[in-house]
Amino acid sequence: MSNTVIPLLLDSLASAALIFFAAVGLTLVFSVLRVLNVAHGSLYSIGAYVAASICLFIASRQLSPYLSFVALLFSAVFVAAILGPLIERTLIRWTYGKSEAVQILITFGLFLMLEDLQRMVFGVQSLYEDAPVRLLGTSQIGGVVYLNYQIFLIGMAVLVVIGLRMLIRHTRLGRLITAVVADREMAQSIGIDTNRIFILAFSLGVFLAALGGALAMPTSGVAPGLGADTMVLAFAVAAIGGLGQIEGAAVAALIVGLARVLAIYFVPSLDAVAPYAAMLVVLLIRPYGLFGAVTARRI
Amino acid sequence: MRVVLAAASVVVLAILPMFAPWLQFVLTLAIAKGFAALGVAILLRAGLISIGHAMFFAASAYGVAFLAARGIGDFASLLVLSVVIAALTGVIVGAFLVRYRAIFFAMLNLAVSMVFYSLFAKLYGITGGSDGMAVPIPSVFGMVLSEPAFKDVLFYLSLVLMVVIGLGIHRYLDSPLGHALSAVHTNEVRLEYLGIPVWAVLLIAYVVSAALAGLGGAIAGFAIGRVVPDFAFWTASGHLVLVAVLGGIGGVPGAFIGALFLELLHTAAVTVTDAWNLIVGAALIAVIMFMPKGLYGLFAREKGAER
Repeated sequence: MSNTVIPLLLDSLASAALIFFAAVGLTLVFSVLRVLNVAHGSLYSIGAYVAASICLFIASRQLSPYLSFVALLFSAVFVAAILGPLIERTLIRWTYGKSEAVQILITFGLFLMLEDLQRMVFGVQSLYEDAPVRLLGTSQIGGVVYLNYQIFLIGMAVLVVIGLRMLIRHTRLGRLITAVVADREMAQSIGIDTNRIFILAFSLGVFLAALGGALAMPTSGVAPGLGADTMVLAFAVAAIGGLGQIEGAAVAALIVGLARVLAIYFVPSLDAVAPYAAMLVVLLIRPYGLFGAVTARRI
Repeated sequence: MRVVLAAASVVVLAILPMFAPWLQFVLTLAIAKGFAALGVAILLRAGLISIGHAMFFAASAYGVAFLAARGIGDFASLLVLSVVIAALTGVIVGAFLVRYRAIFFAMLNLAVSMVFYSLFAKLYGITGGSDGMAVPIPSVFGMVLSEPAFKDVLFYLSLVLMVVIGLGIHRYLDSPLGHALSAVHTNEVRLEYLGIPVWAVLLIAYVVSAALAGLGGAIAGFAIGRVVPDFAFWTASGHLVLVAVLGGIGGVPGAFIGALFLELLHTAAVTVTDAWNLIVGAALIAVIMFMPKGLYGLFAREKGAER
């Protein structure tokens, strides 16, 4: 019994960790900026591309493989520091207060541009460097050989959930963000620099997306089309958890991860359907997601 | 004046492939996408953005492939049946989805379309997986045609359908039922107080838009000769919304102008650069920021005050 349950559980958790990384930035940006960023998946894949390039460089120069862990983190910071403020200032800012249709279309345009830019910068071949995975080695759990990197991923996801919670509940910046989320105009009128909060929150979202991509790269590599695939998955998870709910996204990632692994174990042909089917069922019953607050219909 | 302009452009479209035969495929595909974009544009009038209409496009194209594989070889019946398939899918999906608004409507359409996509891609035994299914050349009123001859028939039929159905949709949008759509956008509650069932108004619009996307999908299936799961991928749906917005959601010609413009630009651009999405993405952003009425807004001068 435990021979099947433990690997299944660990697989689900590792899968959930990766799914969570894809979705958490999307939901964070939505909660603060009220913008659904359709280009979020591209930022994830850009993070993966940058991480792959740096790791391949490290490998080619035969530098210490431990540097590749630094590289994973660095690439996320790098992408966030450059693209975060740039995109927020030029495009996202323009959509504040506009209808959702406009926001979705503008970010869809951004998605198309980023997809081609990646192709031009990183080429069309898939990149893959598993130095971090090899470095951590394997361990045996319940008689099944396991990659330690997957356990590392689970740890990172837990760290991010706790970190974000600490940031929002217990720091000055977190309180400012909470104030802006609760009432944008009031926050502005008592002197909070909302523009700054928006840039920071969006860049944090970009960081989380790029970190997700960077951490996923050593396990699955990166190829064109990753951005589009990640986008819908992130969308599904964020919607199940309730758009804007960070803990909701974590729970939703667990549900989707479990659904996916169960599908892979029992009905392999349906593994790709599982996240969307779960999203459909949840949204039809609770349109605001599992943890979304029910708000009155806007007129 | 505007009628003359429209008639002249249809005539130009009809003559163009005689001089440049390679254009025929491009134009057929453009008209097919124009139908689907028109469907999306109808919903946009009610303020509903669907990132999932490629599912109807794909459903009907797969419908054609299925029916053709089951022995139905007649062009007209295939076309009609596939549109019926799309419309029926629209009734079922729409009955659930038109209760939702704004971002939830967009997300649910996306979810349903991705379920379709994954099923098309994964049910290898039925749909051929990612290889897709072949769409054979059907017989036209009992006549067995060669491929070029059938492509001629397909192109001119699409052109005729574009005019006839375009006029029909124009009438629909100008009817009380059509005007109720923009009223949903401006003030839904007031509409309900007036005794107009919003749910029914939207469901009818949803089914019409699904049928239009289906017609486009069937034509595209015939023109390409193959249907693959990517027809239903979310980026395909995004492109349909893009075409609708690019053309302008103000009138029926907008969707077709947008589709023609985009397909022709695509054909021209691929010879120079492969950064096609970069161009389209930038164009989309520019149109939304600086030309909210779309390309059609350049031709059609609206009467009265504008915001």
